[in-house]
Amino acid sequence: MRRSLSKNTLARREALEGWLGISPWLIGFLLFTAGPFVVSIAMSLTDWRITVAPTFIGLKNYIKAFTDDPNFWQAIKVTFTYVAMALPLGLFCGLGLSLLLNQKVPGARTFGTLFYLPAVLSGVSVALMWMWLLNPDYGVVNTLLGVFGIQGPNWFWDPDWSLASVVLMSLWRVGGSAIIYLAGLQNISPHLYEAAEIDGAGRWAKLRHITLPMLTPTIFFQLVMELIDAFQVFTVIYVITDGGPMRSTLFYLFYMFRTAFEDFDMGYASALAWIMGAIILAFTGLVFKSSPLWVFYESDVKQ
Amino acid sequence: MTTLNTPRPARPSRASSQKAETRLNKIVVFLILTTLAIIVVGIPMGWMLTTALKPRNQIFAWPPVLWPDPPRIENFSETLAAVPLLRFAGNTLIICALNIVGRILSCSVVAFAFARLRFPGRNLMFGVLLSTLMIPQQMILIPQFALFKTAGLVDVLSGYLPLVLPSFFGNAFFVFLMRQYIMTIPRELDEAARIDGASTWGVFRRIILPLCKPPLVVITVLTFLWTWNEFMHPLIYITQFDSYTLQLGLNMLKGRFNIQWNLIMAGSLMAVVPCVIVYFLTQRHIIGGIANVGIKG
Repeated sequence: MRRSLSKNTLARREALEGWLGISPWLIGFLLFTAGPFVVSIAMSLTDWRITVAPTFIGLKNYIKAFTDDPNFWQAIKVTFTYVAMALPLGLFCGLGLSLLLNQKVPGARTFGTLFYLPAVLSGVSVALMWMWLLNPDYGVVNTLLGVFGIQGPNWFWDPDWSLASVVLMSLWRVGGSAIIYLAGLQNISPHLYEAAEIDGAGRWAKLRHITLPMLTPTIFFQLVMELIDAFQVFTVIYVITDGGPMRSTLFYLFYMFRTAFEDFDMGYASALAWIMGAIILAFTGLVFKSSPLWVFYESDVKQ
Repeated sequence: MTTLNTPRPARPSRASSQKAETRLNKIVVFLILTTLAIIVVGIPMGWMLTTALKPRNQIFAWPPVLWPDPPRIENFSETLAAVPLLRFAGNTLIICALNIVGRILSCSVVAFAFARLRFPGRNLMFGVLLSTLMIPQQMILIPQFALFKTAGLVDVLSGYLPLVLPSFFGNAFFVFLMRQYIMTIPRELDEAARIDGASTWGVFRRIILPLCKPPLVVITVLTFLWTWNEFMHPLIYITQFDSYTLQLGLNMLKGRFNIQWNLIMAGSLMAVVPCVIVYFLTQRHIIGGIANVGIKG
């Protein structure tokens, strides 16, 4: 009796300590995530120009976005065009690079370190670097293209190429996802390949029937993350194109930022944030929902 | 998974030709990787470096000057004289230091509680933590600003407070990373310490924390890199020129120097070099840490 009582108090004490331990995160979550979330729903239903007190206007901000704001639709179009280009290209290049890095060539580690470098560099300095690399007349990219007799495009300064330039910048950082795919590759049991080799499988068959299926959980995770990333493109646009030329790089976050912090239309910007949240949620849900069709989990087989 | 039937015995006679084939393969892969490394890292960084060292009349020379002779070191001092980047770098370092301290303190305690203590609601709370990883941070950008504004905290500490305060309340990604790491530390160590009379926080401080160097390095380095390169938040919160961060200062280069790309690249290079150095010194930890989250996530 006495023993179980002391055991009970010990458990109670541990529970208390546990909640105490996670309290920094919990308070932060309520204060800086959940709280702002609720506040922003309310904000999105108001007309609020930061200096004047907010007035409640119901769903007018949302109605305005969908029916009376060409910039909103342009931002949607730009962001989705970017996703449609950057996601498949990133997946293809990232996977390809990870497969190359997974060959046991001398210096494979060094290569991995080099290719990951662009993923840790960002900000204004990188934007300025690309602005100069892709300079139409004196940039190194068009100079090299000229060596091969190709007349390079005007990149950021041509509405038909500006978005492609941002995609090119995103491909520069493909080492970031390649490292994650590589870790996934190295997690695949060598027994599977040995078994397949005994069965006479060639390189292509092994890739198609072992590597890719075993990698689908990693690909799945990566797709969701990159989708969210596409709605985070900002610095490049702010520094290089300012949304132009001819609104061709009016990315969603950039437009939202301008609405909130340059036009100070906080209410409308909050509505834009919620529309973005709904879009990301819908697409993440779609990826999740479709995952049984193409994501292979080892544990499914064992059951 | 698709089964591969039609078993065929491996033929030993092919072994030697196969060996030669794999060797050839490796040479080809090596050459491809080298070419890619030159394209991805060598050319952009090299172009940045040579431009930063060119005198003005060689930036637009045709054919392009590969290596300026003599290299013009004065570009750096000229850039620093026009825009006080060193001062801005100092400001940025202050923000970095506060963020690092805040994250190390908060994330390690939270991760320890999630990994080692049993309490009702733990799994639910951990699920909430994981789901916040999926919340796009841009969604709370505006209400967070409104919150700091109404609380009158926007201008406190020259606008640095909103940039550092959240760090002291943990970070879902780093808590997850560190919790995974603590789970790999054998529980016998905790129990031995407890038998010796250590309290829960004694175990945390004397047993767990000293063993957590790898995830703490990841938190420190990634927080440094992210804070150093962060642009949008300082843009929103910092209004005083004297309090500018490095990235805000770099954003002025374009306006100040117009088409003097040698000076613009000199400034950018000075901002990139610390990141490159820190990265190369710690890449083993960084790559390992990131890759693990990717698999388990």
